[in-house]
Amino acid sequence: MIKYALQRTFYMLIVFLIITLMCFVLIRMLPQPILPPEDPHTQVIELRREALGYNEPYLVQFALFAKNVITKFDWGLSEKLYFGQDVWKIFIGKLPASMVVNLYSIILSIPIGIAFGIFAALKKNTWIDYTLSTLTMVVISVPSFVYAFLIQYIFCYKLGWFPFLVKSGTDWLSWPMFVSMVPAVMSLSFGVIAGFTRTTRAELTEVLTSEFMLLARTKGLTKTQATVRHALKNCFVVIVPGIFGEFIGILGGSLIIERIFSIPGVGGLTLNAINGLDYNIFILTTCFYTAIGLAASLVVDISYGFIDPRIRMGSKK
Amino acid sequence: MSMNSEFDYERIPAEKFRFVQENENIHDTELQTKARSFFADAFLRFSKNKSSVIAAWILLFLILYSIFAPIISQYDVRDTDKMYINFPSFNRKIADLGIGIFDGAKTYDSQNDIAMAFWKGIAEETGMDPVIKKLRSHETEVKYRGQMVKRYTYDIEVNAYYALGMVYRVFSYSDYKKIQDWQNETGIQVIYPYVEPDDISGNTNPSIWYKCDASGAPIYDENGNFIPAYSTHTEKAGAEYNSIRIEGDDGSYVYSTAKSGSVQCRVCYYNFYIYNNGHEPSFILGTNVMGMDLFCAIGVGARFSLIFAILVSAINLTIGAVYGAIQGYYGGYIDMALDRISDILSGVPFVVVTTLFQLHLAQRVGIVPSFLFAFVLTGWIGMAALTRKQFYRFKGQEFVMAARTLGASDRRLMFKHIFPNAIGTIITSCALVIPGVISSETSMTYLGIVDLSDFAGTTIGTLLSQGNASATTSPHAMLWPSLFLGLLMISFNLFGNGLRDAFNPSTRGVED
Repeated sequence: MIKYALQRTFYMLIVFLIITLMCFVLIRMLPQPILPPEDPHTQVIELRREALGYNEPYLVQFALFAKNVITKFDWGLSEKLYFGQDVWKIFIGKLPASMVVNLYSIILSIPIGIAFGIFAALKKNTWIDYTLSTLTMVVISVPSFVYAFLIQYIFCYKLGWFPFLVKSGTDWLSWPMFVSMVPAVMSLSFGVIAGFTRTTRAELTEVLTSEFMLLARTKGLTKTQATVRHALKNCFVVIVPGIFGEFIGILGGSLIIERIFSIPGVGGLTLNAINGLDYNIFILTTCFYTAIGLAASLVVDISYGFIDPRIRMGSKK
Repeated sequence: MSMNSEFDYERIPAEKFRFVQENENIHDTELQTKARSFFADAFLRFSKNKSSVIAAWILLFLILYSIFAPIISQYDVRDTDKMYINFPSFNRKIADLGIGIFDGAKTYDSQNDIAMAFWKGIAEETGMDPVIKKLRSHETEVKYRGQMVKRYTYDIEVNAYYALGMVYRVFSYSDYKKIQDWQNETGIQVIYPYVEPDDISGNTNPSIWYKCDASGAPIYDENGNFIPAYSTHTEKAGAEYNSIRIEGDDGSYVYSTAKSGSVQCRVCYYNFYIYNNGHEPSFILGTNVMGMDLFCAIGVGARFSLIFAILVSAINLTIGAVYGAIQGYYGGYIDMALDRISDILSGVPFVVVTTLFQLHLAQRVGIVPSFLFAFVLTGWIGMAALTRKQFYRFKGQEFVMAARTLGASDRRLMFKHIFPNAIGTIITSCALVIPGVISSETSMTYLGIVDLSDFAGTTIGTLLSQGNASATTSPHAMLWPSLFLGLLMISFNLFGNGLRDAFNPSTRGVED
């Protein structure tokens, strides 16, 4: 199992490297922004460009870039949006906002989602199940900015319970910050709740009809005992990797929700870098999103094997 | 068992027996029922699923809407009237019924006496009363010249179209003449008598036509009526006026003022709109921040989204099916190598793909093709995985071996023998791919990463992002596109689920 995990990690690193190389070359192929002539940073940036081999072949450029990143963690300087500032420092400054909002969201939504799923599965084919399943389907189908709008309109405007936008400042864990984040957290949570409800319900209904459940009941367990001890345990084999995946995903934030509620997070930074053509920030966020995506799928895959020894990943039959 | 007493079964006489058939052959009777094809069977199963059938009808309605709304609408997406920005839904015929819908109602809070008089002034002059109803009245006591005075303010619902009242417009002499001719012909008055700001204490609001003080508060006559302040300064008149005159005009009122080679008039905007467009303003779903008719714009945007999504799905389906077929059929190293390629491609975030394609290709091949390429680059991977799985399932089965023994080529085996077995799964996943494409496309245009308005007129994503900017003051501009998109997504997904259950009855109720 450990061998499999190592293999997968190694493989993921190679995929990551190739993607980064592709994106890096494609971004470097674009015409570089013209620097303002009288700004003091301009000369520094021009010297840096020289040192980073902007006139050399792309592979050499990538090697120099990779060397700087690996040895000094130097991702370059922002050449447009935050003129002359270190890209990594800007990025780190944006990370907490995305993380805190997403963290609140999944802490809130995973238990609710699982609870709804269990409830729906236990009440299978009753009106409760139908209502929950329909709602789940609706929430999954509708894009997040639609209910972000509804939440903003109803809770922020009509009822006036929350501010429209996330409060500025860096006191991420304070109470006023939490209150201002509630609409964003709600908008993010709907999708997650629906996703977990659906998976839990599907998995649990399947487990509940299996034969070992019948055996558990025949040997004298009550329905609750059988459900908690046998059915839920089996059903978590599927749910727990999903939870791990979500937790890795919290780093990324959501482009749309961050824009609607103007959360100063990574998503907003990415969008600004795209619209402002700030290539060094764009390279960094590209690497970041790629890494998160790959890491999430890696963790999900590996955790299956660790949680349930019956699943032998990568073994030859 | 009691024996039948009337008949003795044990001794039946020989003449009672006869042959069933003696000289003819027995055939199986031909089947009376009609044979059902695979698709007819699936259709039958589909039509039993009520929610999917309803979803299919809604879907059909939305598609028809997107086709016909831009055609039947009086407007085009390029018709943007800068006076009608974020206006609520309005149709005069329905508004006149007074049932509270399509009446262009906007709520104005805390309107004081001066404002109420202003609305009344518009109503008296144009004959179109902007005030629909008073919602609430507030009573406050303020100190005025040393005394406590009761002041009232009102929250009212105002017809935003009528409330525009008068506007100043400058015309050339020929245009001025043309409007007069049109007035004579139709009997609709566009040009109203001019009011000199000096006569109304310097107020420059074109809708004020009565004597008032500097704050705009009207000065009433002894009966409590407005006193008209229309200009009679013939020396300032711009050009001759030979058309409809307002009631109470003895021929002395001046209808325009001279403005270096042209004339400036007070124009009733509602009627001026009719003059310009040949019809009354009638925005069934209201207008957005660009002054576009939403009824038409949603149709145009949806039409683009649907065509684009279907195109993307068709391309991805083809590429994915061929790729997956090769992977699944040959297996081994080919499978592994191709799998690595799709692994790498699927690892690139979609935002990054779209951006890079826009930056590199949009200049050369256009925005829409480069957007399409971005979808195609990674979109086929899911379909390939699906086809691959189906091929692994079928390639070892006896009918394939039989065909191979008979000498069928690889291509024939893949596409004539195995592929048709997998087609059900593939079709149904296509129905679920389309909403996914619409959703991504909407997000990208919403975020402004791709701007398609030059090509498509507008898109649902653009409409949503425009509506979002004014979501609190005029929620309808956000509501209608959201509602359309939400309905489209839900019905597409329900429809897709229904199709999947119909084609693969064994997977009913299992998600994915």
